[in-house]
Order: sequence, then C-alpha cells, then structure tokens
Amino acid sequence: MLRRTFLGLLGAAGASVALPRSAAAGSKKFGPHPDTMGVLFDATRCIGCRKCEAACNEVNELPAPDRKFDDLSVLDTERRTDEKTYTVVNKYQGMNGPVYRKAQCNHCLEPACASACFVRAFKKQPNGAVTYDASVCVGCRYCMVACPFSIPAYEYGEPLTPRVMKCTLCAPRLAEGKLPGCVERCPKEALTFGPRDALIEIARARIAAFPGKYVDHIYGEREMGGTSWMYISGEPFSHIGLREDLGTASAPELTAGALAAVPMVVGLWPVLLGGIYAVSRRKDKVANEERVTAVKDALAKAAAEAEKKLHEELSKAETAGRRRIEVEVKKAVEEALSAKDEDAEKSEEEV
Amino acid sequence: MTVETVTAERKSLFTPFNIIAAVILVAGLVVTVMRFTGGLGAVTNLDQNNPWGIWISFDLLCGVALAAGGYTTSAACYIFGLKKYHSGVRPAILTAFLGYALVVFALHYDVGRPWRLPYPIFVQQGTTSLLFEVGLCVFLYLTVLFVEFTPAMFEWLGMKKIRNIVVKGTLALTIMGVILSTLHQSSLGALFSIAPSKLHPLWYSPYLPVFFFVSSICAGMSMVIFEGTLSHKPMHRLMDKEYLDNHDGLILGFGKATSLVLFGYFAIKLIGLAYDNNWHYLTTGWGAWYMVEMLGFVALPSFLYAVGVRDRNIPLIKWAAGLTVLGIVVNRFNVSLVAFNYFLPSSQRYFPSWSEITISLFVVAIGVLAFRFITTRMPIFHEHPDYKDAH
Repeated sequence: MLRRTFLGLLGAAGASVALPRSAAAGSKKFGPHPDTMGVLFDATRCIGCRKCEAACNEVNELPAPDRKFDDLSVLDTERRTDEKTYTVVNKYQGMNGPVYRKAQCNHCLEPACASACFVRAFKKQPNGAVTYDASVCVGCRYCMVACPFSIPAYEYGEPLTPRVMKCTLCAPRLAEGKLPGCVERCPKEALTFGPRDALIEIARARIAAFPGKYVDHIYGEREMGGTSWMYISGEPFSHIGLREDLGTASAPELTAGALAAVPMVVGLWPVLLGGIYAVSRRKDKVANEERVTAVKDALAKAAAEAEKKLHEELSKAETAGRRRIEVEVKKAVEEALSAKDEDAEKSEEEV
Repeated sequence: MTVETVTAERKSLFTPFNIIAAVILVAGLVVTVMRFTGGLGAVTNLDQNNPWGIWISFDLLCGVALAAGGYTTSAACYIFGLKKYHSGVRPAILTAFLGYALVVFALHYDVGRPWRLPYPIFVQQGTTSLLFEVGLCVFLYLTVLFVEFTPAMFEWLGMKKIRNIVVKGTLALTIMGVILSTLHQSSLGALFSIAPSKLHPLWYSPYLPVFFFVSSICAGMSMVIFEGTLSHKPMHRLMDKEYLDNHDGLILGFGKATSLVLFGYFAIKLIGLAYDNNWHYLTTGWGAWYMVEMLGFVALPSFLYAVGVRDRNIPLIKWAAGLTVLGIVVNRFNVSLVAFNYFLPSSQRYFPSWSEITISLFVVAIGVLAFRFITTRMPIFHEHPDYKDAH
C-alpha cells in the first residue's frame, strides 16, 4: 500500500513535469486519450421508458421535473437538454413504428466547448469525460454557440451565479469505479459503457451480425473529429435527430487557420505599416527637398537676371551720360567757335 | 467659460433631445435592476438554443465595427501621411474610445458573472478560443485608445509636459492600434467559424475573419463621415476653421476610399461564394436576402460613393455613408442572428425583447451624452490655442 502510494506520487510528479511540454506541443488539441471511455447507444434496443432520465436526475441531484419520469406522454413533443436536464429521450417516427433516441453530451474527442472557452472551464479528461468548472466560468455562452450538438444549457434564471449545465459522463461516479447513472439503470442494455475502441468493435460486430437491422454507420466514430458517445441505428441518423452534415473536422481544426494568422499579423504588420510610414515620409522629404532646390534655383536665376539688367542699365546710363557730355562739350566748342567767328567778322567790318 | 455658453446650456436643458435621453436612461436603469435581480431570463428572450441576442449582435459586433473609425482615420493621417485629415483624427479617436468602452460596459449585462470579465486575461487563459483573442485585443486596444485620447484631456487640464510625452508616442500607438484592430475585428468574424453547422452556408465561410476585417474598414470610414454629419449642426460653434475647411476634403477622400474598399469587399464576398460553390443557394429565400445585403448594402453604397466623389456631391456621399453603416448592421445581424440557427423552426427562433432593446438604446444614449460632454469641454473639434500647429 505504501509502495503504491509512493509510485502514485512518483507518477503524478512525472505527469506534472511532462504536462507543460505536452500541452505546449499540442496547444490546440485536447486529445487524443488512447484509453478514453465511452458509451454506445443502440437505437434498435431503446424502448423510450425514460428510466435513464430518472437515473440521471437522481445521481446528479437535479431539480425535480415538471412532469414525472414515468409520464410517457412527454415523448410526444421533441425536447432538448436544459439547465435541469442533462439527458432527454425523444421519440421519432420510424419505418416500422416509433424509434427512440437518447440525447446528452457526446463528450467529443476534441470538444468544441473546450476549444471555444476563453477561460478553459471545459476539460477533456483522460477517461473521456468533458467536465466543466463553474469556478472560472464568466457566463459568456460561447460554448453553447460552438457546440454542434446544441447540448450545453445555461441557468438563465440565476441573476449572479449562472452555470453552464451538461452531462458529465458521471465523472465522479467513474472515479469511484461505478457506471454512469443512465447506463446502470437501462433495462434493455441499449447503453454499453466501455473503452471507446472496444465499443467500435462491438458496434461493427452488431452491424455485421444483423446487416438488415442496422444502417452501416457508427455515428460519432468520426463526426466532428469523433465523440466518446456513439450511436447505431436502424433508421437513417437524420431521422432520429442526429445531423449528418457535421463533417469530420474537429472544432480546433475549424478555428486553427484563424488562430494561426494571429502571430503573423503581429509579426508582419509593424513592418508593413512602418514601411508605409517610411515611404510616405521619404516621399514628403524628397518633395520638400525638390521644392527647396527649385525655389533656390529660381531665386538664383532671378538674381542673376536682375544683376544683368542692372549692369545693362548701368552701362546704358554710362553711355548716355558720356554722350550727353560729348554733346555738351561739342555744343560749347561750337558756341565758342561761332563766337570767335563773329568776333573775326566784326573786326573785319571794323577794319 | 463665457456667460453666453452657460446660458445656452441652461436653455437647452429641456430640449427634445434631452427629454428623450432622460426617458431612455430611466428605462435603462429599471431594466438594469431587473437584469441583476432576476437574471438574463427575466429580461431577455434568450434560450438554450439562442444563447446570443442583440446585446452581442448590436452592442458588441456592430459597436466594435462602427468604432473602427479610430484606427482607419489615425492610420490615414499618421501612417499613410495624409496630414490633411488631421482635424478628423480627434473626433474619430473619441468616438472609437467611447464605442469600445460601451462595448465592454454592455458586456457586463450579457455575461453571467461580469466581475469575472478579467478572468480570461489574468486568471486562466483559454488560448484556443477566438473569444480569448477578441477579449485580449479589445482590452489592449481600449487601453491604446484611452492613451491616444489623453492629449485632448491633458490640454484641457493644462498638463503640458505629460501631453507632450504622449504625443511623441503617436506613431507607435497608431501602429499598435492597427495591429490590435486587425486582430479583433477579424476574430469577431472567426468566432463563428467554429459553428459551420449552425450558420447558413451563404454567410459561413472560411474567410469570415477577412470579411469582418475588410468590412470594418468601410464601417469605420463611413461612420466618420456619418458621425461628422450628425455632430456638424449641434457642435458647429465648437469647430475651428481648420476643422471646417478640411471637412469637405475629408468627406471626399474618405468617400473615395470607402467606395474602393466596398468594391473590394464585394469582390472577396463573391470569391467566398465561389470558393465554397454556394451559388445554388442564391435561388432560395435565403439567397434573396443575401442578395439584398450584397446589392443593396454593399454594391449600391460603393456606387453612390463613387458618383458622389466624381460630382463632388457631399450630400450624396453622406447618404452613401448612412447606407454603409446600416449595411454593416445588417451584415452583423445576419451572421449572428438571422442566418444563425437558420435550420430551427420559426417557433424556436429568437426575437429581442423590449428590455433588450431598451438596454441597447441605453448604451447608445450614454455614448451620445458622453460624446457631447467631452466635445463641449475638450479640444476635439478645434485645436487648443496653446498647441496650434504643434503636430
């Protein structure tokens, strides 16, 4: 006993050391858990007695229903899971009379709710259960948007402490070594609990043994990346309220592209935007420089022209001045000469 | 403040605007009490199949898209070097800051335990979630917008030194703003990429994040034009010459840009349609509604913008802006409500309750009042005399 405790501690220590690494390696994945457990539902066996609903209500200590569990007229209207009901059985019209199908959380291998939750309130446990931790839940209800099976329900009546409610695969009972409540109570063995791989084997064997009785498909083997809860049926699955257009891509795969783009934007945008800024700055600078040079050139040209003009004017003025002096001198000389001539004429007359 | 403005404000206390705002505020407070005593069930029409209503579609998705004017205008001015839009930056930043603050405020009504809103960032990080991405970016961007807004506040308070320090970081803040906006605008679209089975194929696309980002650019620029038009008359006395002189230029420039981006958006929407080969849905009823959105709210405003810019027809551009804003609302409602859960019978579909509409109006009213309070006091539509030509 002591030795086992010690080994257990050792294992726990090892796991906790290994955890960050494995979490980092597959930061977008929640599985795979090779030893995941699951439940196989066989629609050809279910008789719609609602005993599983009653058991679920008891073991999960949920509030009493409006109508008792042995009231089968409830089956006349299609229901879904809600904040007081983790599982419901619905009645569908089959080819040979009524067919029943139980609905509850399918405990996806790669859960959409866990992928969508921004506080990691949902966890895919190694035993297969997808569990919810109300102590961190903000109540944004994105899990309800994300779930392809429309399973999680919300306590709309709670003003300040609403929780998201859904099947836990009876994780607390599994930990005690017990079966899920519904599986234990089913009187027709329509529910089989076991390792998921083994359940697929069982389902294949049943389909092979009664080829006319079953549709050759295990619903949940691959839908949305595979689920822990799987279904086999004699009716096409879309006739018993299971959508056949979900595809095989898991929720993390659907959002992987958008998430992968984030670090690229963070890395590239500063370069791109900084580049645009630098180019626009440089263009402004070049334009400015060109303007300054152009202005300088124009100024220089204008100055040169002005100087030339001034020079010309000056030289013109000089010539004009010189000419004027010359004229004046000439005039003076002519006057002087004419005065002399007159004097001479006068003296001639006098003589 | 001069005596004149004081009397003007006193006179305006019983205007129709103030009376309507007061009625909305009182009704909003009543619903607030109901919400936090009776829970979401008491005031909303939300149910197990319809977890998100108009508080997400309008207050969050439309609120964030229409607040995109902050990053588009500041990027145009500070990164693309279009300095002539400078006078439009402050009103746009203020609108964006108030828009985001109100988005966060409105979320307090919608989420179950609002005091845990910091949990995804500070307690336990769900990094696989696109909502984590949105939350982190909105938180950071709200901080960036607040810092970008503070110079106006510091000028008002006369705190020169710290104002000058913040202004020095303008370029870095603008780049951060564009990065964060790119991320969360697109992530809001990517939120729905996890639910291909619930969203009608005409609206679901692997390109949802790109569609949301590109349309947010149109929304932001149109909102700048639209909001400028709305505030032009009541705020005219606060607008300085620079703002008024550049206003028509800004409308023409943004009109031209939005026309082009809308055209590109129309093209990538068609590419998305072709990529998933969804043409055959166009002949269904959903296809008719899809074409109303694409032709009436994308192609038509793109065309009207182009004609308005060519003819320098400012009123036509303003109409195109209003149509684009309405188109963004139509698109966000289509993705998150109308085409979401399209397969459910009509009896299980969601329609908002009066209380939900009241809270949405309440949030808008608070935004308008805060905008008026700030623009009448701080240098938003005009430059502070001490800092003229300081940019």
